[in-house]
Amino acid sequence: MAAPASPSIPFARNLREAGIAAAIAMALAIPFLGLRTVNLDQGLVVQANLRYVPLAGLVVFLGRLVLGLLAAPLRRAVAPLAGLKPPAGAQRLRPYGGPLLILAAAVLPFLPFANRYVIDLGTTALIYILLATGLNITVGLAGLLDLGFAAFYAIGAYTCALTTTQLHWGFWPALAAGGLASSLFAVLLSLPILRLRGDYLAIVTLGFGEITRIVILNWQSLTGGPNGVSGIARPTLFGLTFDRRAPEGGHTFAEMTGIAYAPEQRLIFLYLVILALTALAAYTVGRLRRLPIGRAWEALREDEIACRSLGINPTMVKVSAYATGALMGGLAGCVFAARQGFVSPESFGFMESATILAIVVLGGMGSQAGVIIAALFIVVLPELARSFADYRMLAFGLAMILIMIWKPGGLLSGRTPTITLSARKAKSMAEATS
Amino acid sequence: MGFTLAVGTFLQHLINGLTLGAIYGLIAIGYTMVYGIIRMINFAHGEIYMIGAFIAVTTFTLLLGAGVTSVPLALVIVLAVSCGFTAVYGWSIERVAYRPLRTAPKLAPFISAIGMSIVLQNFVMLTQGARSKSLPPVMTGGITLWRDGDFSLGVTNIQLFIILLTVALMTGFTLVINRTALGRAQRACEQDRTMAALLGINVDRTISLTFVLGAGLAAVAGVMVTLYYGVIDFYIGFLAGMKAFTAAVLGGIGSLPGAMLGGLLIGLIEAFFSGYVSSAYKDVAAFSILILVLVVRPSGLLGRPDIEKV
Repeated sequence: MAAPASPSIPFARNLREAGIAAAIAMALAIPFLGLRTVNLDQGLVVQANLRYVPLAGLVVFLGRLVLGLLAAPLRRAVAPLAGLKPPAGAQRLRPYGGPLLILAAAVLPFLPFANRYVIDLGTTALIYILLATGLNITVGLAGLLDLGFAAFYAIGAYTCALTTTQLHWGFWPALAAGGLASSLFAVLLSLPILRLRGDYLAIVTLGFGEITRIVILNWQSLTGGPNGVSGIARPTLFGLTFDRRAPEGGHTFAEMTGIAYAPEQRLIFLYLVILALTALAAYTVGRLRRLPIGRAWEALREDEIACRSLGINPTMVKVSAYATGALMGGLAGCVFAARQGFVSPESFGFMESATILAIVVLGGMGSQAGVIIAALFIVVLPELARSFADYRMLAFGLAMILIMIWKPGGLLSGRTPTITLSARKAKSMAEATS
Repeated sequence: MGFTLAVGTFLQHLINGLTLGAIYGLIAIGYTMVYGIIRMINFAHGEIYMIGAFIAVTTFTLLLGAGVTSVPLALVIVLAVSCGFTAVYGWSIERVAYRPLRTAPKLAPFISAIGMSIVLQNFVMLTQGARSKSLPPVMTGGITLWRDGDFSLGVTNIQLFIILLTVALMTGFTLVINRTALGRAQRACEQDRTMAALLGINVDRTISLTFVLGAGLAAVAGVMVTLYYGVIDFYIGFLAGMKAFTAAVLGGIGSLPGAMLGGLLIGLIEAFFSGYVSSAYKDVAAFSILILVLVVRPSGLLGRPDIEKV
């Protein structure tokens, strides 16, 4: 791939490569597209559909040929765009981007096209944004690869579910408990494993995620096992519920405000709750990055040994990164539980961890805007592809591969340090060293 | 009587654990080799094993339909066909999803691998159906080692076949890595890819062959599982892949004997834990032991510690 692009790749070579690709595609197609095992009553039968094999070969042949012929002209056409900088005015608008985005998201449920489905999708997207914001602290800022983030999500959701159903807490104390419980687990987990580095750390977090899921699945007496927990408390607004009828001694939102009852109100309120939480989380992370602790996270990501020699305690820095990330995961879990009204272990498998990690990496590690774009992409794409029904997960996986090949650093890959030397300081330093 | 029975049960768990461990070990080698050479967790490797198992089922069914009754002949054909096609899959995956990302940031190939894993799972589900596929038992019978009243300790022919084939493959594989030009090139690339390229080793080809070899071994594991359990579905690659990866890390990722040792340990832990304690928590036991081992020895049992130069 790194081969220098020759000015004109001979047509013959392209033809040959397309031929090889087609031959391989046909070999790949034979055992799966060409021969299909069919379950019948008397056992398996193999059905041959060999006409698909040359078809697959033809598609790959043409695709490879077109790609090979167009690659060089395309690269020449795109090259001048890379040097393009956004206009100077855009830079000044930057600080207003966040508040504007939040405002736009806040009015979304009141727009005419916003039905139940749109609000629900928005809530899902926001839950993922909150989750990915949390994971972004651990992976993007502190550089600690975490493959079991769904465990914190699960702990938050189950804490919320159990405190509201067993102890009859309301939503808000349960939300706090969920966040804190996740955070506490993160501290307990991170203490023994901080010696580990890189991929070893990743596999231990993967193990922790699986252990959490298996324990939840098998601890029948507490978690209900595979049946899950249902009847989780819905959020209230200063004690007002969003039900049709008020509970004993309580009031409903519709009674107190005089606004006619509508079932969507509960959804809209939940949407606004998660929006507020996510906005708060994003704001907090933005501020934390400017505090010593946030700088220590990024410094640790860049070079642990240099950090140590500068007197930063890596243990505290890592534990705080885990705990802060897990706090957000726990909060998201709690909102998830309140939205569904039901939790079960299957919502927190490894694929969930992988999806959240994919959001962070696709967005560009450490970038908040990237997280938002990637989360919208990951939540909305499968919905858009709903008409393809069975093929949507296939398309989803392919899109992940293609985006990584197209932009290996993520969609917004500016891994700029939050702090750089100011011009004055840099000048004085240059003078001091010369 | 009570004591001999206890010993017998213990030995039975040992045999079951060894069988399971052999299968995990074969898959773990694919993880460890790829990690050793390009420092990447090939997350789609579990799906490669699943693809091997599916090709095995298809081939067995075809042979059954064609009236091949000789078991050894059928086994040889199935192993050859499954390894061959699966190796092409391994090669293509590297070429399409990983090679363009060789110089990319570390996590990019990992995400690409997760994407590839999703693609392969859904590809198999769409083409072969979501229902599980079961085969009539191909190999039956076994050797009874010891009998005492109702209790009998035995090795089935399938278990014997799995363990022996694994030992043979391991021996052959170690020879390939230690003695042949390919193995030498591979070890060179593992140590320093740039230097190896400067000395005239075709790095791309060596990496491709690593994927081909890893896929071949995973396909053998797939054939074994098809024989051992008789039932497969498109989802088996996920859990097996995760355990095999755990095995590779337990043994020290990048180390071939480590992968085998890790595989055996995970298999034995699973068998003994589900035999004596609880089968629901057997995976918890495997992961807990992994965490304990890593806390004491951060680079696995046989892994070399990473020395970081400043």
